[in-house]
Amino acid sequence: MKGLSTTAAKASLISCHACHQLSRIPAGFTKGDAICPRCEAHIHLRKPNSISRTWALLIAAYILYIPANLLPVMTVISFGKGEADTILSGVKELIHAGMLPIALLVFFASITVPVLKLLTLTYLLLSVQYKSRWRPRDRTFLYRITEVVGRWSMIDIFMISILIALVKLQAVATIEPGMGAISFAAVVILTMFAAIGFDPRLIWDKMEEH
Amino acid sequence: MESTESHTLMACHECDLLHRIHPLRYGERAKCSRCGAGLWAKKRDSFEYTIVFAVTSLLLFIMANVFPFMTFELHGRVQTSHLSTGVFEFFERGMWELGLLVLGASILFPAFKILGMLYVLVPLEMNRRPWKAPQVFRVVAQCQTWAMMDVYLLGVIVAVIKLADLATLVPGVAIYSFGALILTMAAADSALDPHAVWEKMEDLR
Repeated sequence: MKGLSTTAAKASLISCHACHQLSRIPAGFTKGDAICPRCEAHIHLRKPNSISRTWALLIAAYILYIPANLLPVMTVISFGKGEADTILSGVKELIHAGMLPIALLVFFASITVPVLKLLTLTYLLLSVQYKSRWRPRDRTFLYRITEVVGRWSMIDIFMISILIALVKLQAVATIEPGMGAISFAAVVILTMFAAIGFDPRLIWDKMEEH
Repeated sequence: MESTESHTLMACHECDLLHRIHPLRYGERAKCSRCGAGLWAKKRDSFEYTIVFAVTSLLLFIMANVFPFMTFELHGRVQTSHLSTGVFEFFERGMWELGLLVLGASILFPAFKILGMLYVLVPLEMNRRPWKAPQVFRVVAQCQTWAMMDVYLLGVIVAVIKLADLATLVPGVAIYSFGALILTMAAADSALDPHAVWEKMEDLR
């Protein structure tokens, strides 16, 4: 494979994001009114409104990240007494129970990944807006990781869904999911959409400008 | 891609650099020379392997949904749950948002992914182009992100560890099927060569 010294956009070609077919930019092309001749997807030179769309989703995620951590994700009710768990207290409980490897796993998936994802996307957006020319290859790599790793934050939500399915002995023990779980799930989904909305080609477009 | 006999012209989907790709041998990969993204990985007998793994996945998926997932025993009381029980419990409590999320991630998206793969690949293998093939195959690609069986299984493991001291848990047939399903789906994904699928679809137009 040989890299040519020009991009598809500069050569008046649009690369389809679904099937990677190259097609010529049609005459009178305005944003997003062209269709890929092979797979019939809408094609764009760059993802439409990438920066503002990603910002909107990201800001919504930042806001919801607060209730996601402050409100209980679930309440364990046993013999009439309730004990509320937030994401962090769930991790603490696992440490007290001596399950350090699992505690680390949950901490990584539910706290490290969402925080790093929010910060990484913020950094990528700012770097594009301020026309950074610093290490574009590493920034693309950062984006690739962000896109792949985000779904693993859902562990906590799935755990709650198993717990409420298993523990439903009215008098002895039940588990009630809390609003924290909805907020947390929303943060994960919003950041996943934010990552999908961001176009890494914008990082490289700045490198082309002189 | 614009193909001529000697090479294929292709743009990197992450940095848009144009590449001239010589015909790849089986097992060979093309990477972007500027940003390192994978451009194309050519796979041997891609259609056959993908179909075999997808059919296996379909059987395991049915088993995972039909058989009991796990049994919970506490003070002589026994509670059996299925893969979909958590979804119903969320709906019963009025938390339909989470119910839909778990339903999609653990059941609907995986189901659509398996069925969609078979719907497109089996007729193509027999040199027929199924109705709406490009649209279906595009959705299959998008299901990749939202089908979270692997994450779900980790959630199961964490839940089991949390309950281990409290009660007796007996794994059911479905949990083993689900575990195996994750492996066969991963095998189907790695056998799939999307470029080969798009090219074949175009040839049969």
